[in-house]
Amino acid sequence: MPVTKVHIGCGAGFAGDRAGAALPVAQALAQQAQADGAPAFLMFETLAERTLALAQLDRRRDAEAGYSPGLVALLQPVLALCLRHKIRIISNFGAAHPQAAARRIRQMAAEMGFAQAKIAVVHGDDLSGRLTAAELAACEIDGQLLQGRHDTDIVAANAYLGARAIAQALDAGAEIVVTGRVADPSLALGPLVHAFGWRWDDWDRLAAGTLVGHLLECGPQVSGGYFVDPGFKDAVGLAEIGYPIAEVSPDGRAVITKPAGTGGVVDLRTVKEQMLYEIHDPAAYLTPDVVLDITAVQVEQVGPDRVAVSGARGHARPDRLKATVCFEAGWFGEAEISYAGPNATARARLAIEIVRTRMAQALPNLALRADLIGLVSSFGDSAGRDLTAATGESDDLRVRFAARHAEAAPVQRLLAEVEALYVAGPAGGGGVRRHLVPQLASASCLIARNLVVDGMELLP
Amino acid sequence: MSTLLHRLAHARSGDKGNRLNIALICYRPEFFDSVAAQVTPARVAALFASREVGQVQRYDLPNLWAFNFVLDRALDGGVNASLGLDGHGKTLSFKLLTLSVTLPQPLQSLLPNP
Repeated sequence: MPVTKVHIGCGAGFAGDRAGAALPVAQALAQQAQADGAPAFLMFETLAERTLALAQLDRRRDAEAGYSPGLVALLQPVLALCLRHKIRIISNFGAAHPQAAARRIRQMAAEMGFAQAKIAVVHGDDLSGRLTAAELAACEIDGQLLQGRHDTDIVAANAYLGARAIAQALDAGAEIVVTGRVADPSLALGPLVHAFGWRWDDWDRLAAGTLVGHLLECGPQVSGGYFVDPGFKDAVGLAEIGYPIAEVSPDGRAVITKPAGTGGVVDLRTVKEQMLYEIHDPAAYLTPDVVLDITAVQVEQVGPDRVAVSGARGHARPDRLKATVCFEAGWFGEAEISYAGPNATARARLAIEIVRTRMAQALPNLALRADLIGLVSSFGDSAGRDLTAATGESDDLRVRFAARHAEAAPVQRLLAEVEALYVAGPAGGGGVRRHLVPQLASASCLIARNLVVDGMELLP
Repeated sequence: MSTLLHRLAHARSGDKGNRLNIALICYRPEFFDSVAAQVTPARVAALFASREVGQVQRYDLPNLWAFNFVLDRALDGGVNASLGLDGHGKTLSFKLLTLSVTLPQPLQSLLPNP
């Protein structure tokens, strides 16, 4: 019997997402599956651009590490429920070591009485050791961050895979599919292609499925998160915000919703905001599977917390694949000190002047930034133009300094200068906090498809 | 009468490297033409001038009552390189909403929060 509907929920939009948020989603999917028998899937998106590099460093330290640090916390509350109700899980938890992630999941499943769970691993994204730093630099886009880097600077290089290997894994009966780097929307497109049997050149369907994935991939950002502006855009129950579920039809039309009884809201505003999130040309959103065009998309409120989305159009997939390359990029440090009460603004500005003067003498080439938190910070520019131009006053200010350098010592010098303001700076300076961290940076490359061989295997 | 864009429209920021996009979405379709006429790429570039932004492109999405602004080099190098507190530029959607626009008299009664 042909599948007439598919339910896909999203249990996480980043590695540190709320553990347990997936439970109401999994419960709703289980209830739906019992009611209408439609296939149900639960996706977890846990790989930000640099998360994978951090995982690669973990793997260097421990051969069985290197998967998403959120894996156990995110899966524990829902794994047994999903396996019991045939809700199949797709996630990029695998990060730098999908095999190890799969073994860890097998162990969890066995402890819950599901030793026979079928787990598949998607491979092919990891380009480590396959391209030199110079080769990667030659195909870098939007910058020249990789120019002159050495092979040893490169921590991770991963191509964004598409949905094909995920669909193959589901075709092969996998109940849990673990990937490394894949395009986020492909986590949803894979199950849709598997369930509906869409062809890999049915661009409009692939576009519709990609749009579903794009709407789901950031979890609650489509259901009231990153959204509320009290008095202008409201939602209730944000402390228990519901993570999203899509009900998808064979023609690609979808309804975005969330579990009953959860907080947040799904309406035209939340769906539009997320549809355009991190989009550049709305007529050409590139994924490994398809070029998505959302310029003719229609959205319609079809019930409380239910928005129908239709009209996505697709064009042939790009010839090249995007890859993210992470490399070690020196040190970043910041330090803060507070001033409050009468004349606080003048005292805070004097603190900046003192630190700038001393740093100009000690390390004239170190670029440093100063902010006046409470007056000019988030909106301000790093050259300090906005700070200089600001005329406002505040009686509770926090002064922040930040710098980066290839070596730690120059940054440490800045932090020491800020701390010295305790005794040598303006009156009433308090609450110094400082921290210094090694930096990983990332660059984007476009590489030929034939350099990437993706596939999947079931854990024996 | 001039009013804050914040009353007419909502916005969301996203980043890719050193490029920022801000989706600007009218609360009502009636506001679309006024916003289109007044929130031009040049005006947005001027608003973010202190950041030395590159090209500012606007994509119009009338079916969503929306615009997508794409600002090149707006993020001080992006999360990799920025010295700022908000390397992703997530707060910057609300900077866009600080612009003032004027609405034709008949539309003013549609504004929320007088």
